[in-house]
Amino acid sequence: MANKLEVIVDPHEPTIETRRTFNAPRELVWEAWTKPEHLKRWCGPDRLEWVVLEMDFRVGGKYRWVQRAPDGNEYAFHGEYREIVRPTKIVQTFIFDPMPDAVAVDTLTLEEHDGKTTCITMTLHTSIENRDGHFANGGMEVGMREGYDRLEKLLSEQLRR
Amino acid sequence: MGAAAALSEEELDAAFAALADGTRRAIVARLAVGEASVLELAQPFEMSQPAISKHLKVLERAGLITRSRDAQRRPCRLEPQRLQQVAEWLGGYRKFWEESYDRLDEYLKELQAKPRQEKNRGKQARSHRRSP
Repeated sequence: MANKLEVIVDPHEPTIETRRTFNAPRELVWEAWTKPEHLKRWCGPDRLEWVVLEMDFRVGGKYRWVQRAPDGNEYAFHGEYREIVRPTKIVQTFIFDPMPDAVAVDTLTLEEHDGKTTCITMTLHTSIENRDGHFANGGMEVGMREGYDRLEKLLSEQLRR
Repeated sequence: MGAAAALSEEELDAAFAALADGTRRAIVARLAVGEASVLELAQPFEMSQPAISKHLKVLERAGLITRSRDAQRRPCRLEPQRLQQVAEWLGGYRKFWEESYDRLDEYLKELQAKPRQEKNRGKQARSHRRSP
């Protein structure tokens, strides 16, 4: 059975948490999260290319990522590593380029049990408005676009009949 | 994505605040199986009718339930579309992580299979990998 993703949104605090378990040891999951050659292989929605422009993985080091859509649109993010505890914890700032004042703080925790690893991400935004803005401008847009693409496909199938 | 319109900030605030209470979630769960009067809803909670009515008002303002105006018992009804809209709002973020993590899952399998293949090389030809 596939491991399921949990998403927990707090109605009163500007946080969002995700949890997901993987059938792999923590060391390997840590590698996958912290090396750009691994990260670009899996991170981001299916349709977007994940480009690592900069990834200076050390406390105080900066990173810059871009998600590139097939139509050429780009969604850029950047931030700084604040805490690195190998192989259990990474704290980094997260800034969506169009919203430079909304500095979110992401904490990734890796927990290992019985050879399985649970990834826990906790994102703390500066306000609930900013958290929701991230949804609206980042994740939501991708979700919407993919939804529209499916609608378009469905419509063209209907039209061919 | 369905036909449901996107919610405004205020509507989202109201929906999440309304669902952040155990009693109100229980009411929503109860109404998911069919409409009920305030009296019927109050029964399992050991709560006064006015207390339940307060919860119902919160749910009603959040657009999660409606109450019939005409009938004397004014039954409460779930508005599943609002729950659907809340779920859709979450969908984009969820999709990001679901798709990423599904790929990570596959990738980790690949990474774990590699050293084993190298070890077995020479001993035997590539064996078929069992799918989960």
